[in-house]
Amino acid sequence: MDTLLVPPEALQPAARRPGPLWLLAEVTYRCPLHCAFCYNPVDFAAAGPELSTDDWLSVIRQARTMGAAQFGISGGEPLLRDDIEILVAEARRLGFYTNLITSGVGLTEARLAALKEAGLDHIQLSFQDATREANDLITNTRTFDLKRKVAALTKAAGYPTVINCVLHRSNIDHLDRIIEMAAEIGAEYLELANTQYHGWAFLNREALMPSAAQLAEAEAVTERWRQKLGKKMRILFVTPDYQSKKPKKCMNGWGEVFLSVTPDGLALPCHTARMLPGLDFPDVREHALDWIWHDSPLFNRFRGTAWLPDTCQSCEDKDKDHGGCRCQAFMLTGNAGATDPVCPKSPDHALIEATLASAERQDNCHPLVFRDPKASKALGRAF
Amino acid sequence: MIPAGACPRINRLFRFQWEPAQQAHVLLYPEGMVKLNQSAGEILKRCDGNRDLPAIVADLEASFNATGLTPDVEAFLAMAEEQNWIDWTEA
Repeated sequence: MDTLLVPPEALQPAARRPGPLWLLAEVTYRCPLHCAFCYNPVDFAAAGPELSTDDWLSVIRQARTMGAAQFGISGGEPLLRDDIEILVAEARRLGFYTNLITSGVGLTEARLAALKEAGLDHIQLSFQDATREANDLITNTRTFDLKRKVAALTKAAGYPTVINCVLHRSNIDHLDRIIEMAAEIGAEYLELANTQYHGWAFLNREALMPSAAQLAEAEAVTERWRQKLGKKMRILFVTPDYQSKKPKKCMNGWGEVFLSVTPDGLALPCHTARMLPGLDFPDVREHALDWIWHDSPLFNRFRGTAWLPDTCQSCEDKDKDHGGCRCQAFMLTGNAGATDPVCPKSPDHALIEATLASAERQDNCHPLVFRDPKASKALGRAF
Repeated sequence: MIPAGACPRINRLFRFQWEPAQQAHVLLYPEGMVKLNQSAGEILKRCDGNRDLPAIVADLEASFNATGLTPDVEAFLAMAEEQNWIDWTEA
């Protein structure tokens, strides 16, 4: 939501807080890939049963009534559910802009035709690396050829080709080839997202974090390709929080624009908030979305800036960053209400410095733990 | 700069619609929204790929009982093209 051009304050008269603008439906935690950098909770296998089609339709209708205009479908791999077409059709009918965020696994020609018929506006396809070996290694699957095939299918169906690639220690040195591949495929838009360390990515943090030199080289490579390709392919390079030392607002502000619903029906102000302790996550089958957004203790817990700790209260950037990411603060310090340690003013910033120093060591050699239900059950913790 | 006879249309990366909650026309794109002011909305509403610049200007001038809108519309469309909101059909 960094790209949102109209600040939420400007969208409606201040009579009542505006509703969410963006509804993200994480329809399933099931996934054919096993990416070690996944942001899903490590203990996803312990989540309750998935919402029914009717539950999702009710969420979609309520969110639209509240003024939401973006409907994202994600997961896990959303295509593992067979009702995505139904959800897209209803969302589109109500005026949502509909966006499918997929690994491409399961996107057959027939399925794509059905989604197009349902009115799907946009597909974001994830790529993991530029070579078969590297893609298949990090995902722990054989999916490389399939992804290229799916990219060609979506293009043939008239969709702009929008590719997302998560960058980490093992693929960031292949960036030149990754961008070249995206250009070959004819991508209009490439998002290079450095790993954010949540869920499985936090668990694998040491193995995934690139060195400062790797990161600087990646930015230089990106800049060279931008010069070369111009408007033909837009490249967005998302800098990692740890290295940028700039805390970011949770999803553009906790409870300001974004509402996510988990596969088992919990409403969250950001994708990863269910890891936070001591909070009551409202279930969309038990509460109206309007109450959840405006009145639930969860959505008000870190809303605005009144709750900020002293370090942030006295800081001139507090309205810009709201003290940073709540999950990051909790994972690193054990206190969800602390200043995000990526901020150099945080009393806990040494934790970040230590992690960055560890990423500089040549002997960095940590085994990857792949995201799958068996490992999830064995680990039995949120991150 | 604008080829004669070419018609502007909304780029397929965006969807243009009236948004009741905003009481405004908006452009929707993945994970974002541009809220348009009234004149931007009225111009883009006419960018349907069938009308060229003079036709759009004539329609706006008739609808709003105005004259001499060509430079404003031209400037807006140049900006809109720069933002990728529109492209032009072949002349």
